[in-house]
Amino acid sequence: MSDSPPVLDITSLTVAYENEDVWQTAVRDLDLRIEAGQTYGLVGESGSGKTTVALAVMRYLGSSGRIVSGSILFNGLDMVALKEEELRGVWGKEIALVPQNPQSALNPSMRVGEQIAEILRRHAGLDRREAMARAEELLCMVRVPDPQRVLHSYTHQISGGMQQRVLIAMALSTEPALLILDEPTTGLDVTTQAAILDLFREITAERQTAVLYVTHNLGVVSALCDRVAVLYAGELVEDARVGELFHFPYHPYTEGLLDSIPQIGQKKTEAILHAIPGQIPPLGERLEVCVFAPRCALAIEECSTQRPDLETAASDHQVRCYRWREISRGEITTHQSAPDLIPVQSPGDGETVLLTEDLKVYYGLRRSLTEMLRRQPGRVVKAVDGVDLTLGKARTLGIVGESGSGKTTLARAVVGLAEKTDGEIQLLDMQLPAGLSSRTLDTLRHVQYVFQNPDDALNPHMTIGQTLQRPFISLLGMSSKEAAGQVSEMLRIVRLPKSYADRYPNQLSGGEKQRVAIARAFATSPDLLIADEPVSALDVSVQASILNLLNDLQNETRNSLILISHDLAVVGYLADQVAVMYLGQIMEISDAARIFEAPMHPYTEALLAAIPTIDPDSAVSHQEPLQGDVPSQIDPPSGCPFHPRCPRDLGDICRTEEPVWQENEFGDRIYCHIPLGELQSVQQMLKEA
Amino acid sequence: MARYVTRRVLFLLLTLLLTSLIIFTVTQYLPGDVARIVLGREAGEEQLQAYREEFGLNDPLPVQYLNWLTNFVNGDWGISYSTRTEIFPLVMERLHNSLMLAALTMFIGVPLAVLLGVIAGLKEDSRWDNLISISSLSVVGLPEFVTGIILIEIFARKLGWFPANSSIEPGSTFMEALPMLVLPAMAATLVLLAYIVRLTRAGVVEELREPYVRTAELKGLSKSSVVFKHVLRNALMPTITIVAISFGWMISGLIVVENVFNYPGVGRLMVFAIDRRDLPLLQALTMVTVLGFALANLLADILYAYLDPRIRLS
Repeated sequence: MSDSPPVLDITSLTVAYENEDVWQTAVRDLDLRIEAGQTYGLVGESGSGKTTVALAVMRYLGSSGRIVSGSILFNGLDMVALKEEELRGVWGKEIALVPQNPQSALNPSMRVGEQIAEILRRHAGLDRREAMARAEELLCMVRVPDPQRVLHSYTHQISGGMQQRVLIAMALSTEPALLILDEPTTGLDVTTQAAILDLFREITAERQTAVLYVTHNLGVVSALCDRVAVLYAGELVEDARVGELFHFPYHPYTEGLLDSIPQIGQKKTEAILHAIPGQIPPLGERLEVCVFAPRCALAIEECSTQRPDLETAASDHQVRCYRWREISRGEITTHQSAPDLIPVQSPGDGETVLLTEDLKVYYGLRRSLTEMLRRQPGRVVKAVDGVDLTLGKARTLGIVGESGSGKTTLARAVVGLAEKTDGEIQLLDMQLPAGLSSRTLDTLRHVQYVFQNPDDALNPHMTIGQTLQRPFISLLGMSSKEAAGQVSEMLRIVRLPKSYADRYPNQLSGGEKQRVAIARAFATSPDLLIADEPVSALDVSVQASILNLLNDLQNETRNSLILISHDLAVVGYLADQVAVMYLGQIMEISDAARIFEAPMHPYTEALLAAIPTIDPDSAVSHQEPLQGDVPSQIDPPSGCPFHPRCPRDLGDICRTEEPVWQENEFGDRIYCHIPLGELQSVQQMLKEA
Repeated sequence: MARYVTRRVLFLLLTLLLTSLIIFTVTQYLPGDVARIVLGREAGEEQLQAYREEFGLNDPLPVQYLNWLTNFVNGDWGISYSTRTEIFPLVMERLHNSLMLAALTMFIGVPLAVLLGVIAGLKEDSRWDNLISISSLSVVGLPEFVTGIILIEIFARKLGWFPANSSIEPGSTFMEALPMLVLPAMAATLVLLAYIVRLTRAGVVEELREPYVRTAELKGLSKSSVVFKHVLRNALMPTITIVAISFGWMISGLIVVENVFNYPGVGRLMVFAIDRRDLPLLQALTMVTVLGFALANLLADILYAYLDPRIRLS
């Protein structure tokens, strides 16, 4: 530890929000110190109070939030005592924030350049011309390829990755001493995320900026941070250097969090995921007990009668748990002693459940007036452009790809929510027509869908019981009395208590709602279940239980599963086979174990390299992150659609000719011009190196 | 943008054409023989026939429609049944009066209402907000003839600041008419007040919760920069379009206000035409009303597109 005073020094900070005249504690007794040049991760699930801490540091808590006690010293300045006018001199100049969701964090009706320039005019005393010139330099610094164009653009005209770069340029413009990053890469593609993380690493090291990095993503923390503090229900439960925390977690919650994330290459055949039961408590009065005790497998009597102090376990490692000594000595652990493995069915007898041939989904854009007058055909968006898939019984196919790759459209076309333009969809022995309305009830029964956000998928005015009766009545033709009899069975298979039948969706947690959505999908015993980002709206500790459930149910009912996710580790864990999509086409379709071991297609390779892993010792990938954005689907590149971004571009042939499918001895197939043998030997060399 | 405007203008022309067709058709099926109405009860069959021949009433309907439309476009709007004078100058004079009243309401009354809405929104749930919201809401419940009479009582009878009777001379200029315009404009503003205040307030409150406002605040900009450069431009978009649309209403919809103040606008002429079953006049006034609304809508669309780059540039 250096002796220089910390840039940020928070001592026993307590923050509360007023809700209907009651003050609810959001953060309690928090201590945190960040030194110059240090990147400090603040990790927690939703409701942990991590964003509250970030905003409290800037004293921007809105009219309902209040710092109840504690002190925040920023470079010796007492932030708690500052008046609003004084705060405005600190904001943006000394402390800058990079928010999440860049699209909404930028003003939609003001040009990007102006939004960067105004902060320079305010704090650096530049005039309009100087500020614009400086803004252009800043955009160059954050590696915006076309700064002049971006300066004159509005937010909606640039991609999400560019928007986030603009916000970063803005935050760095005044060279602040403290940078607060609030989930800056959430919602961005892994490839974009990798590029942005690279940028942070480089810039903060160069300038010795102190960084508070707020996130729920442990992978990002391990890739970027020096230290990490774990927050649970507003309390700091563990605080250590990154390597130490990831290797020797002393708090049961930290241990649980680390275990609940599937790691790249981890398979369902090897271990079930460790889920933390229960959920984070809502805001409210906090008793003098351990806040995590109700969900803790190791809780003892003491935990629910007194509140543990934050103890120093090792130099630089603090933990708030009565049993950390036993945990550190390896005497107790939250790992299940003998993980009860779910027997995974053999691939089956090869019976094909789903077959698509040259499946295409095109959307026509409205023709412009001149196009109409010149009788030109309207332009089309090729969302899915010729996809061949085969999925066997009880098998799981994972589909991955950046946003705009067409993975969701493909799934929607199979289920009938999007109408195919051309090609065949065969389910069991039935040829499926394009739209939902032209399909028979019987075919609907065989394919079911679980959506990303359970809040939107359940009708808020229906009880869970009513929701679960619907498929029995409408698809299986039961009377409502018969259907009502099925509800408790459906709740049982998704491990929810019977009493939930009378509840409304708003009385359930996110994970419970997703269980209901899964129960609804399984009501008709579908042969094919499509799960579109089924866990991405859920907290990390809950995700594992949903993935385990999908796996369990597949073993019981032997349904086939299509799993769509941007999270390659999730896909890798559950899938038998993985299809990698890019611009509406499949680039590679391979066995899940092999694709993570040795990706063949250059695009798969780049995607995998972009994922930050939670192992801080793993060699940081030396591959340059993919540059640029996914091109437009209206005018996709000629030849191989990936060639403009491909690090292994061969030249003319990739630009002019469409690749042919190549297959290896295991049946893994890739869509690439580079000979298979060459790609395989590259992987071999990398592995040996 | 140019493409967007062209598209809108084409839509406008199409709307007008369709309306003219509807108006023409409806008047065809109204009971009553035009020649009889014009020439009176004493006219003989021969006279009637001659009249019909002269004015093309025996032609097939499509021909009659085309004739009517061509004349209308050329400013030949026919002769009023009741005043026996040319309709075009009659309507134009009233339109001039209505536009003067609308202009005053638009450029003084409406901005005041918007200002109140902005204050209420910026100070959400404060005393100012409550005062503005409650008082504007309590006025909206009152019909125009009540607010009109109250205004006359206070500002004309008690204080004597403005005349109670606003029957301006034909051909008055704006400045000459101004004293008589004030009270009707106030009455018209009061009708719109609650609506505009609520819409503006909601727009500001909603916009203040947008994440980009937080970004702007945390740049350390002054409060006034945040409000004027960031919040208002986005918050006022719905208000501006609604105000533009209500311009159409101000031209022909102020029937009660015009009556209370005895103001010679389009609204009162409309009532007159209905009273006398003056079909050609009614036809002309309806076309003018529709044109007014259509132009106001066009204005609203263009303004919206101009203010919102997401529309302008896509």
